[in-house]
Amino acid sequence: MSSAFPVRTARRRRRRQDPASILGTVLIVLALAAVSFFVLLPVLWMISASFRTNGDLASHPGTLWSTSFTLDNYLNVWSRIPLAKQFLNTIVFAGSVTVLSVLIDGMAGYALARFRFRGQTVLFVAIIATLIIPIQATFIPVYNLLVDLHWLNTFHGLVLPRIADAFGIFFFRQFFLALPKDLEDAARIDGASEFRIFARIMFPLASPAVLTIGMFNLLANWNDLLWPLLVTTNDDMRTLPAGLALFKGQHSTDYGMLMAGGILALLPMVIAFVIVQRRFIAGIATTGMK
Amino acid sequence: MSTTLSRKATPWLFLAPALIVLGVFVGWPMVSSAITSLTDARIAGTPKFIGLDNYVALFSDPRFTGALGNTALYALGTAPISVVLALLFAVLLNRRIPGRDFFRAVLFFPFIVSLGIISIAWGFMLDPQVGVLTAWLSELGVPIGNGIRDPAWALPFVMVVGIWRNVGFFMVMYLAGLQSIPGELYEAAQIDGAGPWQRFRSITLPLLSNTSMFVVMVAAIFAFQAFDQIYVMTAGGPFFRTETMVMYIYSTAFQDFKMGYATAISWVLVLIVLALSLVQLRFFNRRTVSY
Repeated sequence: MSSAFPVRTARRRRRRQDPASILGTVLIVLALAAVSFFVLLPVLWMISASFRTNGDLASHPGTLWSTSFTLDNYLNVWSRIPLAKQFLNTIVFAGSVTVLSVLIDGMAGYALARFRFRGQTVLFVAIIATLIIPIQATFIPVYNLLVDLHWLNTFHGLVLPRIADAFGIFFFRQFFLALPKDLEDAARIDGASEFRIFARIMFPLASPAVLTIGMFNLLANWNDLLWPLLVTTNDDMRTLPAGLALFKGQHSTDYGMLMAGGILALLPMVIAFVIVQRRFIAGIATTGMK
Repeated sequence: MSTTLSRKATPWLFLAPALIVLGVFVGWPMVSSAITSLTDARIAGTPKFIGLDNYVALFSDPRFTGALGNTALYALGTAPISVVLALLFAVLLNRRIPGRDFFRAVLFFPFIVSLGIISIAWGFMLDPQVGVLTAWLSELGVPIGNGIRDPAWALPFVMVVGIWRNVGFFMVMYLAGLQSIPGELYEAAQIDGAGPWQRFRSITLPLLSNTSMFVVMVAAIFAFQAFDQIYVMTAGGPFFRTETMVMYIYSTAFQDFKMGYATAISWVLVLIVLALSLVQLRFFNRRTVSY
């Protein structure tokens, strides 16, 4: 590289040694470090509070350091809230929405991208139009529908209304549009059925889109508050955000315990995000470009 | 079955599951909520058709006008600040600086945690008794009064949480936009003697207009849908000072059980969001620059 672009490298090296630009970089890094501290403060405080007693929190509110290290919060939270049950609910709810929506959005996006059929454009516009409709416009009639179906406090009531969304369909459509056309033609000549071509060739090729949309759905549903608040009315069916938010509403001074439960509830998504971070961010970043 | 028929049916078979779900749980509810908004529906009993009475009643409902005002304040306070901060951080983190990946991940972090759960922590941090932020602010001499329970501070505090939540997400969009700008443009401008601010004004900003359109629209939609941190931190209080449209819809429907009235409010919200999206589309379409 350096021999191919000698002028550029020399200039860059000179700029890097410029004292004014070094000072600028130092100032930017310091400012970003301060911003980072503020951004992470809620989590730092959660961790701190989860290991402290209520008495310590009330007498030393201005510190993040524990003067009363205790594990009681982490031990007691399991019996005060049906936390294990709510963990299971959240896993089943967010997990099944993620798996099913990736399949359903993938199939729909594939049909819109790789087939030509009557009404295609109208259908695509209609699907995109649902993106702008806020959930608030539909949540009362959807709630009434679930009541009529006797689907409140059930997993299918939580899961089924959420397994297709316009954003996922759009995302998969854009992905499949970009794949070369001759991919499935060879398989078609070999006599493979359309579903076989999708399942064996096209869907596996879409793994970057699967990862992005899957992670999006996992985060959105694991973290969601409003939807589980509507669909579940008893504590044993709640997901973690709804369960903890409602417990906070009733016992607003069980600080340490709520924070211990909160840390446990946030941890799986933080781990999942760390694993897929780069590819996920690259995936969502491209959606803003179109 | 003939092959042409099966070829015609195939795309519809692929689309069927998505269309059924979207039809039953998005399409039909839109229609049904429009009908419900013209009735006096409650949680039980037979609803009676009352025409536009719900919509007329909204104008003389102080809680509705209050919620409308709070939503406007929330949107005007959070959306522009989030977008400007996102652009600032994106520009800073597009440079080669030490710890760049770490800072990017930290700023994006609020977007991956449950806003409902982290808002419990925000509420406690702003609590007048145990709150670390109230303790620090009052030590600095800021009169924070009753913290999150103070009528003057509650709305600004939930707005801070809203900004905190979304800046990193918008930053990622802007970073992608910045990376699509060819570097030669900056080099050419530098040779022509353009300073950093001038380069930002005449290259970065115009070439980011597509990204900006997307980000501003999403920011406005997010602002009008704000719910989680308000529900957890203030439940719309104190004295309805943080009651936004969505909070009002929620409590009208699920605490007062006035379904007809609540759907009327939600339709007003939908119309506002749609109108806003259209205005923004027109605004940006006139300014979009491509290269």
